Amino acid sequence: MSKLGILTKGIFKENPIFVLVLGMCPTLATTTSAINGMGMGAATMFVLMLSNLFISLVAGIIPDKVRIPAYIVVIAAFVTMVDLSMAAYVPDLHKSLGVFIPLIVVNCIVLGRAEAFAAKNKPFDSMLDGIGIGLGFTLGLTLLGAVRELLGNNSIFGIKPLEGDGMLIFVLAPGAFLALGYLMVLFNKLKKRTSS
Amino acid sequence: MSNMRISPAPHIQGKQNTRSLMRDVIIALMPALAVSICFFGWGTIIVTLTAILSCVLCEWLIQKFLLKEEPSIKDLSAIVTGLILAFNLPSNLSPLLVVLGSVVAIGVGKMTFGGLGNNPFNPALVGRVFMLISFPVQMTTWPKPTGFFTSIDAVTGATPLAIMKEGLANGMTVQEITAANPDSFSYIQMLFGQIGGSLGEISTLALLIGFGYLLFRKVITWHIPITIFATIFVFAGLLHLADSAHFVDPLFHLLTGGIMLGAIYMATDYVTSPMTKKGMVIFGIGIGVVTIIIRAFGGYPEGISFAILFMNAFVPLINRHMKPKRFGEVKKNG
Amino acid sequence: MAKESTLKNMVLVLTLITCVAAALLAAVYGLTKEPIEQAGVNKVNAAIQDVLPEFDNNPFEEKMELPLEGAAAVQSILYRESAPESLTFYPAAKNGEPVGMAVETFTNQGFSGRITLMVGFLPDGTINKTSIISHSETPGLGDKIDASKSNFSKQFEGQNPATFKLIVKKDGGDIDAITASTITSRAFCDAMVRAYNAYILYKLE
Repeated sequence: MSKLGILTKGIFKENPIFVLVLGMCPTLATTTSAINGMGMGAATMFVLMLSNLFISLVAGIIPDKVRIPAYIVVIAAFVTMVDLSMAAYVPDLHKSLGVFIPLIVVNCIVLGRAEAFAAKNKPFDSMLDGIGIGLGFTLGLTLLGAVRELLGNNSIFGIKPLEGDGMLIFVLAPGAFLALGYLMVLFNKLKKRTSS
Repeated sequence: MSNMRISPAPHIQGKQNTRSLMRDVIIALMPALAVSICFFGWGTIIVTLTAILSCVLCEWLIQKFLLKEEPSIKDLSAIVTGLILAFNLPSNLSPLLVVLGSVVAIGVGKMTFGGLGNNPFNPALVGRVFMLISFPVQMTTWPKPTGFFTSIDAVTGATPLAIMKEGLANGMTVQEITAANPDSFSYIQMLFGQIGGSLGEISTLALLIGFGYLLFRKVITWHIPITIFATIFVFAGLLHLADSAHFVDPLFHLLTGGIMLGAIYMATDYVTSPMTKKGMVIFGIGIGVVTIIIRAFGGYPEGISFAILFMNAFVPLINRHMKPKRFGEVKKNG
Repeated sequence: MAKESTLKNMVLVLTLITCVAAALLAAVYGLTKEPIEQAGVNKVNAAIQDVLPEFDNNPFEEKMELPLEGAAAVQSILYRESAPESLTFYPAAKNGEPVGMAVETFTNQGFSGRITLMVGFLPDGTINKTSIISHSETPGLGDKIDASKSNFSKQFEGQNPATFKLIVKKDGGDIDAITASTITSRAFCDAMVRAYNAYILYKLE
């Protein structure tokens, strides 16, 4: 696969949210607004990129039986770094994402990419893969966040184009499922059209 | 073809089809609609017509253009959904919001799952709950019933249930609340419908007349509604006996809110209720218990719509475990 | 890639990885310690500036903890998280003259638990402004206590609780409750009363 292919496959063909349906917990919980979705996506992308790179570098020396604990330690270290940095430099965003930043540790996308891609590929490719999948995740979260914010709060990225309130259900949990479901329908329809 | 898709529950026999069943439901709802027009006037007419028209139109558009199949509006089911949805809305709701509720009821609640016969949840209730969560302010400011010429922006008042809930939250006892609002707690008014509430739920008597008609035409059986009434009466009665200062008497629970409307017309929807009589009884008990739990301990004053949706989710499970014995099957020994 | 696992190399590799991770984390922790503290202080300072007229001292440095007594204290057994036993006061001054007092107050009677807010009092006890620090009220209903979402909190501004009853109109006071959120409105008043009573007590001493 070409370098560009590795980088771009996560955006559409293997989109972690709409195609792989991974990482649903942060997807449903943090996308109450576009900016929250984007922040969550960016944090995950950062962790994915670094953990993929690092794991790919050390995969050769890790004994098979302890590889999962080793990956988890690496991922947890990067997540804690992101957590601390966000608390220091973007405290408001950090507060509204709350516990979901530390929970990136158990996001199956991160461990999944480590096991499925980084452990078997070259460091540079692994990093590209991390960026690509992270980008797909970020785009998905931002899209979902934007849709929910627009419908639920009648604003987008905090800007209100029109007066009035939105449909509250979309900033609450049931709205997350509704919005995700219908976005998935659209995504599948698009995918069908492009592949045929 | 559309008549073949729905399979009426096993106890229905004869020449009934979807269209005639739906027609009977519409006829049964007429007394309550008449009472509502009496008390809320134009508000009722506008909301009801908007809901019915937008439900039918929405179903037709989705079938024609999205699903590209033969529209089945002739089976009248969209009209019933629109009518019941309207019954669940306050009569002063803006028509735009009514249209939105109808689109959600038909689009999300019904057509997403493949249309009539395939929807796991009652579409009208999906629409109502969506509206209740999305527009809590508009959905909980009801006009006071004053007569045919109640204007759209008439004085608004809370329902007896809401007054009760707020009083209790404020540390008052049931007796103090009743004494403070004598108008809102007259059982005679509740029977005839002169209380605040959604446009179709107010008159217990009119809804019971419709119940009689549905039983007479054998459209529904008594199992679900009567089980719900009995469960509510027993459960609320036990709570009332245990602590009469904080739990209101069971008759109040039966006469207020959407119990009649929900138990008779929404819980009995063929598609979303169990097929066997035993299953129906379990379904009814579940609805009764959840309703009283929400009313007595939850955040919302009324709980029947949540309770019905909640039990709708259990219907496949109930059907699975309550299969009727197949004819001719040999009983296993041991 | 699968390297054979022996006790020696497993222990060695895991130790190595944890050591590197620990070293990295220690470095990041050291780098971010100060900004994190600063961010917390900035937030409080922004709230103080929000609720008080212009001042030139540093209220955060001069803050005082005043214990709650009697009716103002909240029985903490009733709540999952224990209630604070004191309110924090931030005195503001300009050219040495006191211009007001920011009081960080709270209530446990919100629809979904505790609401924390900052209230600015002028020296004569008049409420200057309020600012919400944290709450978990229902979006679209109770969250209208936030000044950016509705004018509810504006009706307190410029009022002196000595003559202005901090109770919702339904209960015989002067406050217009938020439509369909009486409980939250009552809770907000509860927090205001707690702050005002504590402030009066402080002025008497």
